[in-house]
Parts: sequence; structure tokens; C-alpha cells
Amino acid sequence: MGEVIVITSGKGGVGKTTTVANIGTSLAKEGYSVVLVDTDIGLRNLDVVLGLENRIVYDIVDVTNGHCRLKQALIRDKRFESLYLLPAAQTKDKTAVTTEQMKELCQNLKEEFDYVIIDCPAGIEQGFKNAIAGAERAIVVTTPEVAAVRDADRVIGLLEAAGLKEPDLIINRIRPDMVKQGNMMDIDDIIDILTVNLIGVVPEDEMIVISTNKGEPAVLDPRSNAGEAYRNIAKRITGEDIPIMPLEVNEGIMALFKRLIGRKK
Amino acid sequence: MLELLQRLFGREEADKSKNVAKERLRLVLVQDRCSISPHILESLKEDMIGVISKYLEIDEKGLEVNLSNEDNYLALVASIPILRMKRTYAEEK
Ligand SMILES: Nc1ncnc2c1ncn2[C@@H]1O[C@H](COP(=O)(O)OP(=O)(O)O)[C@@H](O)[C@H]1O
Ligand SMILES: [Mg+2]
Repeated sequence: MGEVIVITSGKGGVGKTTTVANIGTSLAKEGYSVVLVDTDIGLRNLDVVLGLENRIVYDIVDVTNGHCRLKQALIRDKRFESLYLLPAAQTKDKTAVTTEQMKELCQNLKEEFDYVIIDCPAGIEQGFKNAIAGAERAIVVTTPEVAAVRDADRVIGLLEAAGLKEPDLIINRIRPDMVKQGNMMDIDDIIDILTVNLIGVVPEDEMIVISTNKGEPAVLDPRSNAGEAYRNIAKRITGEDIPIMPLEVNEGIMALFKRLIGRKK
Repeated sequence: MLELLQRLFGREEADKSKNVAKERLRLVLVQDRCSISPHILESLKEDMIGVISKYLEIDEKGLEVNLSNEDNYLALVASIPILRMKRTYAEEK
């Protein structure tokens, strides 16, 4: 029996879909069987991030409505045999699926897969409630910005109220140079405020843009810093004890200059 | 000279934008977290009445319980008019 994990955030655009694609791919690469479920009905995009947009025939609403069997709607990944996608419906709205249907769907999926990873839509309405309905574990994604951390706090409260105790946190798009200059909240600042368990820190990385352009998750690129961070997160999810490494600081010219001055003294 | 350079290239702790962000976040979360559903507040009130009535005779209708957000910290503020001390309690040494 597998585990159902929801990736959520409250705020949009913080990296939920990127996280689902990368963690899922990494877990599949490690040999686990994985299904990624896109619950962002009406704003389907996990298929594009994975490069599977041309293969979609049926979607999640076809499954919950009984228009097709679950197996028919699952799309196998190009690269990994054990990785599947259940795409969101593009033309329906978020009320097309009920929480009861989601619970049943998750139950069925976890009988077949080691990991069921759910990509949650932004917001805290029906789409959010559906996404978390069948989950046993939650990972909250935030960025080091006031609005994103605030929304993460709200979502953590809602998750706990729904019985998803002790969600894990991913801080995405950290820029070590800006943290160093004091122009970006750092990991400790955010953890102090949210008091949750940190499962990983993902740096801002151009390779994410490039890999999204190509439809190839960054974890497959050994040169991508974000990819490495996601590979480590995937290992932590499976229970491996991998310490969270201090970010490699790309100091920037200003910091270097300051250090030089400091040394002369 | 060093000071000048530091002023040019580094800024004082307090102006660092991350500290501004942290402070704003803290304030906004104090507010967000202090919202409590009316339903829960009502059941809190009932429980309080139950407990306090064991010791004091209180004016249940005049009881007010609220969350208040003062000086950046959160407090439960209750105003509970006492009608009378319970005699049994006063007698016990
Ligand atoms: N670590 C990162 N570095 C650079 N760009 C990122 C990073 N994480 C996410 N992005 C970009 O941010 C945008 C929003 O990400 P997405 O995963 O779609 O967010 P969400 O699903 O939360 O709305 C995308 O364009 C994505 O490529
Ligand atoms: Mg998304």
C-alpha cells in the first residue's frame, strides 16, 4: 500500500507543479512506482511540465464520472516506466469532482503505486479541499516572500484542522546572494515563524525555466542546483536521512568587495 | 574611511529589507492567527462560565470574551462581572 502526498501552498506560482514533477520523476528514477495527479482543474499544466501534453486522452473528471476506467486515463511517462500522470480536466470547473470521489480515487491509486503525489491548485476553496481529501501527508511549498509565507501559514492551519498534522515545508526560489545581502528572508527566519519541519530548500535556478521549456524535469539534469535539491527532497520523502546543506553561496561582487575590505582591517 | 565604505556598500541591520519583511510578516500573522471562529468562541465562553461558576456567582449575560491584539501580541481578554462570591468558598480557609 502506497502513500498519498499532497503538494500545496495557498499562493499560486510558488512552485507546486514544478515540485510535483521533479519529486515524482526523482522517485521514479529511484525505482519507485509513482503516479502524479493534477487536481488543478481548468488550469491543467503538470502535463506540460512533464512533456506529456500530446498524450492525453482522458482526464481526472472522466475517471470520477465513470466515462473511462482509471487505467485508461493514466499516461505513462516517456522516460520512466514506473511514472504515470493522471491529468486534470481542462474544460470543467473545480466543482466537477467531489471530496468523496477524490478519497476513493486516492484509495484506488495507492493500491497500485508506492507514491501518489497530488498537485494542488492555488487557493483554499473546493479545489484545495479536493486535493487534500485523500492525502495522508502534506508538503507545503513557499517562497521567501511575505505574501507566500503568510499564505503558507494559513494553509498549515487548514491542513492541521483537516487532520494532516505536521506538514513538511519546502522553501523554493531562495537566492543565496540576496539572503547574504540581507535582502531576502533566510531559512531560519521562515522556520521560526512557521514552526514546521523543513524538508528541503530549492534555490532559484534558470535551469528550471530551461527544463520547463523542454518538458524535462530538472532532476534529470546533473548540472541543475534546483534539480539536486529536489533529488534530495525525494530521498528524504522515502525516509533517507540527508542533512539539509547550507546553500552554496554565490556571493556576488558586492559581498566579495566587503570581505576584502574587512580583511585589510 | 571604513565607515564610509560600509555605509555605501552595506546598510544598517534595521534597514535591511529582510528585516522589514520579517516584521511585516510577524504583524500580519498575529492578525491572521487571532481570528477565531464565533462558534469556538461561544463554546469557550460556555466552558468558562461553567468553571468560574464553581467559585463565583457571575453575570452570565454581561460576560465578554474576545481575542485582542495589542502591542503585537495576542491576548484572550475576558470581562466577567461578579455578582457575589460563593459563601462556601469564602468560608473555607
Ligand atoms: N526554483 C526555481 N527557480 C526558477 N524558477 C522557478 C523555480 N521554481 C518555480 N519556478 C518557476 O515559477 C513559475 C511557477 O511555478 P509553478 O511550479 O507553476 O507554480 P505553482 O504550481 O505553485 O503555481 C514557473 O514558471 C516555474 O518555472
Ligand atoms: Mg500549478
